[in-house]
Amino acid sequence: MIPSLFIVSIIVFLFIHFIPGDPAEILLGDMATPDQVQQLRQEMGLNKPLYIQYWLWLRNAFRGNLGNSIFFHQPVLGVIFSRAETSILLASMTFLLILAIGIPVGYISATRYGSKLDQFISSASMAFASIPTFWLGLNLMIFFAVYLKLFPSSGFPSIFKDGKLSNLIYLVLPSITLSAPNSALVIRITRASMLDVMKEDYVRTARAKGLPELWINVKHVFRNSLNAVISTLGFTFATLISGTVVTETVFSLPGIGRLVVDSILRRDYPVIQGIILTIAVVYMIINLFVDILNAWLDPRIRTGAGGSA
Amino acid sequence: MKEFLSVFLYRKVTLLATLFIALIMFFGVFAPIISPYDPFEMRSSDRLQSVSSRHILGTDNFGRDIFSRIIFGARTSLASSFGVVLFSLSIGILVGLLSGYYKKLETVLMRVIDVMMAFPPLLVALVLMSIFGRSLINVILAVGISYLTRTTRIVYGLTLKIKEETFIEAFRSCGAGNLRLIFVHILPNIISPVIVQGTFTFAFSLLDMAALDFLGVGLPPEIPSWGNMLSEGSIYLVRAPWLLVFPGLFIVSTVLSFNLMGDTLRDQMDPRFRHDIQGI
Repeated sequence: MIPSLFIVSIIVFLFIHFIPGDPAEILLGDMATPDQVQQLRQEMGLNKPLYIQYWLWLRNAFRGNLGNSIFFHQPVLGVIFSRAETSILLASMTFLLILAIGIPVGYISATRYGSKLDQFISSASMAFASIPTFWLGLNLMIFFAVYLKLFPSSGFPSIFKDGKLSNLIYLVLPSITLSAPNSALVIRITRASMLDVMKEDYVRTARAKGLPELWINVKHVFRNSLNAVISTLGFTFATLISGTVVTETVFSLPGIGRLVVDSILRRDYPVIQGIILTIAVVYMIINLFVDILNAWLDPRIRTGAGGSA
Repeated sequence: MKEFLSVFLYRKVTLLATLFIALIMFFGVFAPIISPYDPFEMRSSDRLQSVSSRHILGTDNFGRDIFSRIIFGARTSLASSFGVVLFSLSIGILVGLLSGYYKKLETVLMRVIDVMMAFPPLLVALVLMSIFGRSLINVILAVGISYLTRTTRIVYGLTLKIKEETFIEAFRSCGAGNLRLIFVHILPNIISPVIVQGTFTFAFSLLDMAALDFLGVGLPPEIPSWGNMLSEGSIYLVRAPWLLVFPGLFIVSTVLSFNLMGDTLRDQMDPRFRHDIQGI
């Protein structure tokens, strides 16, 4: 993970240098005075070789100094933190929904392989994976918020500021929107990996021993198909981050996803740079966590041994 | 081949999906001939007209015919998705083959690919669009880069498997050079799973590009694409829901058709390679 983090940091550092123009002027925006530009040029070491500039930037990043936002006139890390609540809550609610829908439905589909129910689940999950998130969100908004008035259509007042847990109702439609395509993926992976395990000899042996079907499915089949499911859940997190960008824009939620889009439209490059770094680091930590979890679940990965179980 | 085609006929849904793709392609190719109106022509008297015999799918805020814009949108959306597939496959195949075959290249190239995969695809596309600006070619490159990493990983995995096969060893012992082994003997053996991956790439890149258009950083707004139509339509969400419904239905149907086709092709493939495909 350390070498990958090192390369990620280089890419994020070079991001500002890819944009045509002087990096100091880009980071300070159009309103900056020549003195300010000169001062930042010195702080960033723009007159020095690129590797020294990288070292200065990395040192500041480790201290939590990712520069100042051009639009907010505040430190980038503070701006990101102020938007984190919405995104973390939205991602958590979505993830819970994905787990609650994806795994049980995938399990049912696999255990009733070839039945009408299985065919219906397979077709429905493929259809949901083919729907653009923003289109689904807008349709849910029209139906449930505008016509039925069951949920609020947009915004999210902070739970910590208001002290009201009921504010979570603002995240119901966005989390349903975001969970639909991802649940579809988890359903299909759970089903496919369970069907693969069902063909294994040890499952046939368990059945020949006369073990109850439920016991075989849960203890032998589902347990051994978890690795693929967990890897998919890790991958789902990446699509979740992309999804929050779109969903937060559709439902006007004050989260990190919307901050990315707004910062791109405002050309607030320090914020964009800070968010890319934060997301890449979080994503890599999640991947590491997935690897550890998989090793914990499967002794073959832990010991590096191959062969079938 | 006969057996392969029979699956398309046997699975009625796949046959329907293939016919729909053919129809959309027909729309795209013959757009100027079959569209009833000029997609750019504005008529203030026809603003936000609902579905009628004159405008079968209604009109937008500028009085432009939605059906004509959908037909021209098919052309843009299909062309840009095709661009993404072409870009990601051509570079992905080359990098994947070389890093799978040469151990020394593998260390460097696959590390770079791993790092590129640490960035969520849409975020990469958004950032690249912010640097390079809105244009068709930039959208193709910005979205294509994310799919390039996936294709490379798949080709790399397939190459590792094929290069250990006995027939490769036999050709090598007959004196075949490395480049000949890679491009004449390994490449034809991995091409079918790569093409299947291409159908999934086509479907998902269509969704990504529509999302970029919707966020206002994709294709320039004057170009009629399905994503741009939805982006404009979302402003009149309550007043004119048809602006949202019809382009959306075309996106869903097209993406679903490509996914169904990819799924059927994957089922028909050599079981050894089936797990390498990253589709739905």
